[in-house]
Amino acid sequence: MQAIPSAGLGLKPEHYADALAAPADGIWFEVHAENYMVEGGPRLAWLQAIRGRHPVSLHGVGLSLAADAAPDPAHLARLADLARRCEPFLISEHLAWSAWRGRYHPDLLPFPRTTEALRRIVDNVAQTQDALDRRIAIENPSHYLRFPEHEWDEIAFLTEVSRRSGCGLLLDVNNVHVSARNLDYAAEAYVDAFPAALVTEIHIAGHTADPSLGAALLIDSHDAPVADEVWALHARLLARIGPRPTLLERDGNVPSFAALDAERAIATAMLRAPLLNAA
Amino acid sequence: MIVHSHDSLPALASFQDDFARALFDPDGLDQCAPAVAALVRQPGFAVYRNTVMKGGIDALQANYPCVARIVGEDWFRSVAALYVRAHPPRQPTLVDYGDRLAPFLGSFEPARELPYLAGVAQLDRFWTEAHVARDEAPVDPRVLAALPPQQMLDARLRPVASARWAWFDECPVFTIWQRNRATGPFDDSEIDWHAEGALLVRVEGVVRWLALDGGMLAFVAACADGGTVADAVAATLEVAPQADPCRVLCPLLEIGAFACPALAQQHGEEPR
Repeated sequence: MQAIPSAGLGLKPEHYADALAAPADGIWFEVHAENYMVEGGPRLAWLQAIRGRHPVSLHGVGLSLAADAAPDPAHLARLADLARRCEPFLISEHLAWSAWRGRYHPDLLPFPRTTEALRRIVDNVAQTQDALDRRIAIENPSHYLRFPEHEWDEIAFLTEVSRRSGCGLLLDVNNVHVSARNLDYAAEAYVDAFPAALVTEIHIAGHTADPSLGAALLIDSHDAPVADEVWALHARLLARIGPRPTLLERDGNVPSFAALDAERAIATAMLRAPLLNAA
Repeated sequence: MIVHSHDSLPALASFQDDFARALFDPDGLDQCAPAVAALVRQPGFAVYRNTVMKGGIDALQANYPCVARIVGEDWFRSVAALYVRAHPPRQPTLVDYGDRLAPFLGSFEPARELPYLAGVAQLDRFWTEAHVARDEAPVDPRVLAALPPQQMLDARLRPVASARWAWFDECPVFTIWQRNRATGPFDDSEIDWHAEGALLVRVEGVVRWLALDGGMLAFVAACADGGTVADAVAATLEVAPQADPCRVLCPLLEIGAFACPALAQQHGEEPR
């Protein structure tokens, strides 16, 4: 299916009925795939009902592509099964690891971007794409640690993963902002250098300052509206690369569907702006 | 030969071993490669440590709402942190994380004053299992009632995929659980202290529950063992000689506890 350059929302269970009833004005919904890896019941039924009316995208958090191990075949099979059930227009995962030696760490953990890691990730992305029989996109994570041992910068690394595996890239603009502030680099330069042709999806979200360290450490918390600086970065990106499917993520302090949809309207307007500029 | 200096990071696998250990063991830095220990000392490492722990605790709190309501959020999250350390998540599907919380609470010394807590945890767990179980249509009670008597006695009813049941010998666990599960004003009337059973089942997307007496429990167990309706009635009468089989079976059928694959086929219903 062709990717739709409109704005979507992360689907929350408390919004199921509103999501189903929402006008099909280009709205689409993204879910964390792991939350729907169940045998039956209302979660799957809601997802399938919503999919009957709106496009859906699957966003995985558990494949652990940057672990030094192949993806768990059972997990891959569950993802493939879910993809068959809801025919998502996009499937994405993270440049991070979470499962390791039979234990799952509910986070997106960092690693040194070495050539060794690159080879492993390329293999893991290829195995995933083979199992799903389609292309996936890989997302840039938020960073909280400085690794003196990185051999690759992140954009070069992601570009090389894409070149070798054929995957697309999901650019999370909020993650760029958070990482740039935490590691002290220029977010604008990062966004300007990101390879436009590889971007299949954009994420925007809110963040918060660390409760003890304050603005010196930003947390990718998804529990607040999108910050002005992130909107500005997003506009800068769109002006250069044109519209892409853009997801507004919200996982904490979840407001009403109407409030989230109003925030989505800002993203929708921004997706239309570059087209107007180009005309 | 490649010689690594002491400051270089280990290969990816060793890095992950060290990093994962450091997430849970703040004092184990001497076991880490120096380069990983240096990462752990950066202020940002706490973000990962906190997020990993919070992920497990949040999942437990979502999956055990009645336990959390009874003991209060602070106490619950403290115990949940102990559980996460003892039984960390093994799968990224946290929807059903925490399958061992009931026995964990049962042997948790500080919970000894709440003898019903492990049972309440078991019912919270049943709710989750019923919520995500395979979809399966229950037998229509009218179809069963329309059968000639002998055919009905020979029928084999099987608890549907989402059905879960238990018996609590020592306290009214189900009553306590049910009151804490209910929305609306809290029912704080006195509880009659007695043994009781419960059955949970998901019907048309909603998890429902039913109190079981000893006769009903015997009926459900006999059906689950593959017995016929006649076998289940016999099992019921063995533990409750005065029981009226209809009063045992009807509420179970009405709530949708049983499937009857043979009947579903005869009546042309598609198994779901």
